[in-house]
Amino acid sequence: MAERDAYGEEEEDRERFVLRILLALVVLAAILLALGWRLSGLQVGAHSHFTTLSESNRLRVEPIAPTRGVIRDRNGVLLAGNRASYQLEITVEQAGDLEALLARLRGYVELSEADVERFRRGVRQRRPFQPVLLKAGLDDSTVARIAVSRHELPGVEIEARPLRYYPLGSEFSHAVGYVGRINQQDLQRVDARAYAGSSHIGKSGIERYYEELLHGRPGYRQVEVNAQGRVLRELSVTPPQPGTDLILTLDANLQHAAYRALDGKDGAIVAVDPNNGEILALVSAPGFDPEAFVHGISQADFAAVRDNTRRPLFNRALSGQYPPGSTVKPLVALAGLEEEVTTAEREMFARGYYQLPGHERRFRDWRREGHGRVDMSRAIAVSSDVYFYDLAHTMGIDRMVPILGAFGLGQRVGIDSTGERAGILPSRDWKRATHGEAWFPGETLITAIGQGYMLTTPLQMADFTATLATRGQRYQPHLLRAMDNGSGELEYPLPVAREPVVAAPKHWETIHDSLVEAVHARHGTAWGSVGSTRPEYTIAGKTGTSQVFSLGEDEEYDEEQLARRLWDHALFVGYAPAEAPRIAVAVLVEHGGSGGRVAAPVARKVMDAFLLDAASMALEAAEDE
Amino acid sequence: MISVTGREMSLGQWVLRGLRLDSVLLVLLSILLLLGLAVLFSASGESLVVIERQLMRIGLGVAAMLLIAQVSLHTLRAVSPWLFVAGVILLLLVMWIGDVGKGAQRWLDLGFMRFQPSEIMKLAVPMMVAWYLSQRHGRPRFRDLLVAAVLIMIPVYLIMQQPDLGTSMLVGAAGFLVIFLAGLGWRWFVGLGLAAAAAIPILWSQMLDYQRQRVLTLFNPESDPLGAGYHIIQSKIAIGSGGLYGKGWLNGTQSQLEFLPERSTDFIFAVYAEEFGFIGVALLLLLYFAIVARGLWIAALAQDRYARLLGGSISLTFAVYMVVNIGMVTGLLPVVGVPLPLVSYGGTSLVTLMVAFGILMSIASQKRLVNR
Repeated sequence: MAERDAYGEEEEDRERFVLRILLALVVLAAILLALGWRLSGLQVGAHSHFTTLSESNRLRVEPIAPTRGVIRDRNGVLLAGNRASYQLEITVEQAGDLEALLARLRGYVELSEADVERFRRGVRQRRPFQPVLLKAGLDDSTVARIAVSRHELPGVEIEARPLRYYPLGSEFSHAVGYVGRINQQDLQRVDARAYAGSSHIGKSGIERYYEELLHGRPGYRQVEVNAQGRVLRELSVTPPQPGTDLILTLDANLQHAAYRALDGKDGAIVAVDPNNGEILALVSAPGFDPEAFVHGISQADFAAVRDNTRRPLFNRALSGQYPPGSTVKPLVALAGLEEEVTTAEREMFARGYYQLPGHERRFRDWRREGHGRVDMSRAIAVSSDVYFYDLAHTMGIDRMVPILGAFGLGQRVGIDSTGERAGILPSRDWKRATHGEAWFPGETLITAIGQGYMLTTPLQMADFTATLATRGQRYQPHLLRAMDNGSGELEYPLPVAREPVVAAPKHWETIHDSLVEAVHARHGTAWGSVGSTRPEYTIAGKTGTSQVFSLGEDEEYDEEQLARRLWDHALFVGYAPAEAPRIAVAVLVEHGGSGGRVAAPVARKVMDAFLLDAASMALEAAEDE
Repeated sequence: MISVTGREMSLGQWVLRGLRLDSVLLVLLSILLLLGLAVLFSASGESLVVIERQLMRIGLGVAAMLLIAQVSLHTLRAVSPWLFVAGVILLLLVMWIGDVGKGAQRWLDLGFMRFQPSEIMKLAVPMMVAWYLSQRHGRPRFRDLLVAAVLIMIPVYLIMQQPDLGTSMLVGAAGFLVIFLAGLGWRWFVGLGLAAAAAIPILWSQMLDYQRQRVLTLFNPESDPLGAGYHIIQSKIAIGSGGLYGKGWLNGTQSQLEFLPERSTDFIFAVYAEEFGFIGVALLLLLYFAIVARGLWIAALAQDRYARLLGGSISLTFAVYMVVNIGMVTGLLPVVGVPLPLVSYGGTSLVTLMVAFGILMSIASQKRLVNR
């Protein structure tokens, strides 16, 4: 019985299936008839229309590259613009014997191996009848000679195309970045179609970050060509939509002053307006010539720049990670106050070294003889290591890390540029995750003076200095001030406020006073180089000297004895005018030696240029109205 | 019952029976493959290298078909769920470690070769759904449908994330065709249709810019004459200028002068239409229809529900491929990157299809033994 049921069910199932199949066949037949109808419409109905299109041949669509947006500083000074450049292009279909043509061309223009190699690659990847670039940046006399002999050079064309140039050159090379020829990797990350007519793309910095805005949208023209591919006439043109012009927060005068203040030394300077996060100067020295990349740098030249021991291609301001040294002490002090580990008034006797209870090892102060009796303010002003060893030991790493993190250490600032790194804010968890080891008490001590595992970028230092200047308000540091899309109206993105650092006002006051003391009091570490020269405004700042080379307990640091590459990095962070800060600055001089002696005067020059320079002040005044 | 003895069969029949091949299907497929080679020769600019490579793939495909045809239905049914699970795992692997080719993560690099796990799913999904529904008795109920739909949507979602919209839709179609053939009630189908319509806005929001662009281009090719619009404009010129009789083999100007992009792969139908005209097109459509009809005939005679459903789904999916490709080349459907089955240049799709036909052959050789 059960068997018969199963059999019956099977039959029923099969019948249902056959019905469905028949239905499917009917639907398929209907669809095929519809397709046939469509095809007969194209092939029979519209046959003559399409034959005309096909024969008169042939519609071709040629992309028109949009004009790249220009980049200006906050006062309208041009940082990146476009100018016409003559380039030699070959339409392979019209050239006949390509090798013979190349040989003949060598009589008119010097062709490097890189030029020819790029040309051959272009030939393989081109669309039919698309001209392929052979050499860019021709001078006038070459252009003239080739133009005269055009009848001997079939398929050769001279085109004037806009090319990027950077009037202020290497001083802005890291801040603005550069464009270069599009390569395969670039096409992976953008819509290749939008770049059909473009030759260049942003490779670093602003040029890369705002690539989409700067590039614009391509236009196209529909043309009719004859059988040989010559353009007969233009049928229609859709103009390209030019890229958006960008106005940066940078101040070209200040950037120039900052670059010069470094006086040929390797280092980085970041200046930021603490009231809105606008980056006023972003210097990494040495810079490089960005235009070399625009024209297509030769292998040898590139190798020379890349292997230069001063590393000009390395953006120290965003990618360089350095121990912050004593510049981190104000943050540790604030942590101590907020965690109620200590008070501003509590004094201690700072000797020349510190020992953990029950340990032999001596943690030395930078000053062999110590600093005597110090309270918090004085400890910051004289930069007593021993005071901070003691504070850190009492507080412990776990209570120190959250406040340092709130100031942004160990995280990318998120600036609108490329290559930024996060630095390191060490903690128990971090050490277990990266080293697989427990945290040692001694490491807490050296973290409090910005040594050991801790690393920060100059941008992060400027950022936390701005936070000190505003007593906890934090604005997103950024480089883009406004966009000009040609509509006549500038578009200003609003400053973005970030999570503030919350602390008691009197604690902020203590830190602020101690930073002024560090510059303007006789015992301050920046007194000798800055405070004693009586600047026209008050500066709040902190020096730092970060070790590249660790000394043994009993060794002396002696610049003259050490190779330059092992010299300490000189650091200074500060803001001015202290009472109503308008600029916060971080200065790093690689292997510069003492922060007070070397980095503080550089920062002073930057502040002078910004606060005292008449033009700047006039502009600020005009803005305020 | 047919008694099988050597004397009653010719040698040809004996070979076919021995290799478990369906003669009608074999002949139809051979015609299509040869025709495809001829068109490809023209589309590739008479390149022998291309033909040689395609021949190697066809050889591989035929070998795979012969091999699969020998596998018993019992075995196929038994591996179905495992193949499906393995396919899903591979898709997840692609997500994590897949190679990025053409900006989308689809490939898995095995060291010696790279392959697309989504390709496996074109077969694994209908096998899985057919297996699942054959475990149930009677007309499928709502719960069965729901489970089957979930089974289908998992790989569809994963493939869509790669992102590969075309393949994910084909995989989904293969699965839902099984449900359709299983005799799902009409009301459910109407409901499903409405749900699909409702899902369009969601799908739209999930699509990447370039995918949206392709859909928009469909409605107005002139809006994007540089990209997908260029394909469609040129493709229509090629097809239309072919006329009733065509320009003749190797004489299509659109394709020979390289105005037509992707003429060896996705747009090969336009080359065919330009050179062979509407008459050639009509014959090609008939050939496809015949292959599908033969596949469905085999499915109708299959021994059990699993074989029926799988065979039916394979045949109809083949039809979907063809319709989608031709629809896309003639500007009726968006450009989704579906090759013309067994004609377009390219390896994976061809081999997968031949494996599918191997399954059909296996089903054909294991017909119902009891005839009422």
